[in-house]
Amino acid sequence: MREIDVNEIISVVEKLFVDANYNLSQNVLDMLKKASEKEDSPVGKDVINELIANANLAREEQIPICQDTGLAVTFIEIGQDVHITGGLLTEAITEGVRRGYKNGYLRKSCCHPFTRKNTGDNTPPIIHTKIVQGDRLKIIALPKGGGSENYGEVRMLVPSQGKDGVKSFVLDMVNKGGPNPCPPIIVGVGIGGNFESSALLSKEALMVPLGTRNEDPDIAVLELELIDEINKTGIGPQGYGGTVTTLDVHVKMLPCHIASLPVAVNIQCHAHRIKEVII
Amino acid sequence: MEIKRIKTPLEDYVIEGLRAGEKVFLSGYIFTARDAAHKRFIDALEKGEELPLDIKGQVIYYCGPSPAPPGRVIGACGPTTSSRMDAYSPKMLSLGLKGMIGKGKRSQIVRDAIKTHKAVYFGATGGAGALLSKSVVSSRAIAYEDLGPEAVVRLEVKDMPLFVINDIYGNDLYEEGKRHYRK
Repeated sequence: MREIDVNEIISVVEKLFVDANYNLSQNVLDMLKKASEKEDSPVGKDVINELIANANLAREEQIPICQDTGLAVTFIEIGQDVHITGGLLTEAITEGVRRGYKNGYLRKSCCHPFTRKNTGDNTPPIIHTKIVQGDRLKIIALPKGGGSENYGEVRMLVPSQGKDGVKSFVLDMVNKGGPNPCPPIIVGVGIGGNFESSALLSKEALMVPLGTRNEDPDIAVLELELIDEINKTGIGPQGYGGTVTTLDVHVKMLPCHIASLPVAVNIQCHAHRIKEVII
Repeated sequence: MEIKRIKTPLEDYVIEGLRAGEKVFLSGYIFTARDAAHKRFIDALEKGEELPLDIKGQVIYYCGPSPAPPGRVIGACGPTTSSRMDAYSPKMLSLGLKGMIGKGKRSQIVRDAIKTHKAVYFGATGGAGALLSKSVVSSRAIAYEDLGPEAVVRLEVKDMPLFVINDIYGNDLYEEGKRHYRK
């Protein structure tokens, strides 16, 4: 058993959310640069170049890339040989988020669903845990903005709708969002499992590095077809019209019930902020 | 790309000269207000109370900035999705509001009100909050500070980069741009 103290987790989570919000990853920056080269619309190109300048400025001046510093989505992979000491894991993550959003001058965007009263410290975070092999603890911070999250949906398709049904659902969501989720967007698609696992799969699909393809050749083809069709919508950067509407699409799939075809679409904005640490 | 320089308060002749798709640099005072502040505006009006600012000729920016770190005027300050303010905008336009800055499509009712009341809807680049903060010269909360990031803040901006989305002639950059590049 390897022991990890909660104080270490608190400090790591605090730094991780600030880092994610200030420093756009090289992977996303590279995709934006490629998008700028590919974009046919002069207005669209101008917008993408603004986004690249914005990311560089945020990094240089250590300020948030976007004012919507998101709900604090946190994925934890816990090695089964890890023993957490000194307190509860959930409380440690929550405290790390609280400190990161306060000390990093990040916006507190969490409120009561009806009264809309702000919780004041961006807690509670959304925490997903997975038990894995080994004696390490992996923490992924995915601060997620509201504008893009609002265009996510789970649909229980009929099995006969098949791949075409999935594609038209994805296109439907992209068109419904139009300019609102801040294109060029990243699209995560979760297929199979059940109602709730398809939603989680779609979020996990957003965490796949951009520019990579699924190792299942059939799914890889589906991803490429979706990229092509989304870019043909003409929505373009910021919805001002153009040839680059998506930076990438990733699909994750699980077996499902013989009576079902659950599909979830989760949309991410171009300010795709994700950072991970292994303790 | 050609850029027009314009100033607030927005005068009719300036608005008449703007067309969807044009890039502008906006300077002068603008006011932030999001969902919660708009709700309070309308509640105040229904009670017969005054708004906390004279809206005539002014520009509202749908924005909830991140907190200003020490030594900075403001944190990141990009736009939020405008459609959530669609329910309130026709009333604001009827009171003399001349400009709105945000991101995303407006309802037909708002687009009609833009024509009727001779106003303009600008898009700021969503997710470019750091870059947009460079346009802000000064910032002062003027109302509803209890709303935190949703307080009404008067921003002094210089050369804020925007695109005209809806003009008084009924043009819409989102529709025209999409139509032009759809395959």
